Amino acid sequence: MGRFFRNIFKVGFEWNEFVRQCYLIGYKSFFLVGVTGFVIGLVITIQTDPTMKSFGAQSYVPSMVAISVIREIGPVVIALICAGRIASGIGAELGSMNVTEQIDAMEVSGANPIQYLVVTRIFACTLMIPLLSIMGDAVALLGGFTGENIDGHISLILYFNKSFKYLDFSDLFPAVIKTVFFGFTVGFIGCYKGYQSKRGTEGVGDAANSAVVYTSLWIIVLDGIAAQLTNLFVYQ
Amino acid sequence: MEQVETIENNSKEVVINIQHVRKSFGRHEVLHDINMELQKGENLVVLGRSGEGKSVAVKCIIGLLEQDNGIINVLGKEVKTLDENSIKSMRVKVGFLFQGGALYDSMSVRENLTFPLIRVLNIRDNKEIDKRIQEMLENVGLKEAIDKMPSELSGGMRKRIALARTLILKPEIILYDEPTTGLDPITAKEISDLILNLHRKYKSSSLIITHDMSCARITADRILVLDKGIFVAAGTYDELEKSENELVRSFFK
Repeated sequence: MGRFFRNIFKVGFEWNEFVRQCYLIGYKSFFLVGVTGFVIGLVITIQTDPTMKSFGAQSYVPSMVAISVIREIGPVVIALICAGRIASGIGAELGSMNVTEQIDAMEVSGANPIQYLVVTRIFACTLMIPLLSIMGDAVALLGGFTGENIDGHISLILYFNKSFKYLDFSDLFPAVIKTVFFGFTVGFIGCYKGYQSKRGTEGVGDAANSAVVYTSLWIIVLDGIAAQLTNLFVYQ
Repeated sequence: MEQVETIENNSKEVVINIQHVRKSFGRHEVLHDINMELQKGENLVVLGRSGEGKSVAVKCIIGLLEQDNGIINVLGKEVKTLDENSIKSMRVKVGFLFQGGALYDSMSVRENLTFPLIRVLNIRDNKEIDKRIQEMLENVGLKEAIDKMPSELSGGMRKRIALARTLILKPEIILYDEPTTGLDPITAKEISDLILNLHRKYKSSSLIITHDMSCARITADRILVLDKGIFVAAGTYDELEKSENELVRSFFK
């Protein structure tokens, strides 16, 4: 952690590697996050629709889907998906570089492996995961719209009007802020586990595996803390 | 077995000086009180069986591992006492060829060679970078591999490219960790010849860790034999060939 923060402020930020990581982390996760978001919105709508109908509150389904997805389900599920895809990938990549002495080679050549490998990946995760999360939320609303149209008919404009009727800035802002922390966690734990991996192919597997486990655990813990803080400072 | 005298008494400049170095991993002591000197312009080979601590010694020299006791001086500076920036400056003058080559496998050969030029020497001029890369690839006889990825190269080619990457910073000292391990005898001889030729061309000082006698015969000015964490024999190839030490003789069989 200390080496990461010391290297953030050093001259010579690796912009090219940062952009490459943004592409690998962000663009390459686009499809996975899109499908996940769509299914979340669709399933929540299909599952809640009959119950809401029995209370005569079917017209509130779009709002309920929007609030639950944007406040909670979207950020957490998408961060967990990213933990599986990105943290494990970073853990395995850096673990493999460690095992094959590529990190040592960078270090002995006088280059700075923390700045090149770690700082760029953590920053890319911290930037891209909130963006993926916002994109996933938007696709989830489209999933909800599709779910509503399986049984009945509602226009896209009306659906989105209903969705945003009870949403305000205080729903969106804390959710985006917590995804920044989720992104940092994904990048940091992935890098840490990869960098600290023990020698041998087993070490690479362990690094990838424990990166996913610890990242998922921390995302849940951070979400709990974020929920408490949001209740305390935003909704009261 | 007793430790032998490994330090030559002459007036040549010493670039690496190791005194009473010990290194343990847990309860297992790998290096017991080793002493050695690498003189300027010399090719010194450290010979020993696998697991005798040869690689540990060389990693202590470059500062990747820290010795438990003793002093390691490189180019007149004590490695253990150097701060982050000083150790970085020291490493620019000391090249290290890893056993497996350690090429960055997400980068092409060109990018592997460009990496230290940009980040360490801060060279931004593309013409200058290209000139240096071409020179190094010509040295190792692999100009045609410039746009290949490491996964497309054979073991021998990877070693040559790794050597080119080590040499591109024109270091004063080069540390070779088992440069011929895992290669067929013909390729191993080619690498050994290459080490000798580049040593003559760039007048660098080299410390070569190996258990390959053919490599030692081709490259060594002087050989030290490491056994159970101490140096048990020292001399030229011809002197050691006549040694009565059982272990040393076993290397020549």
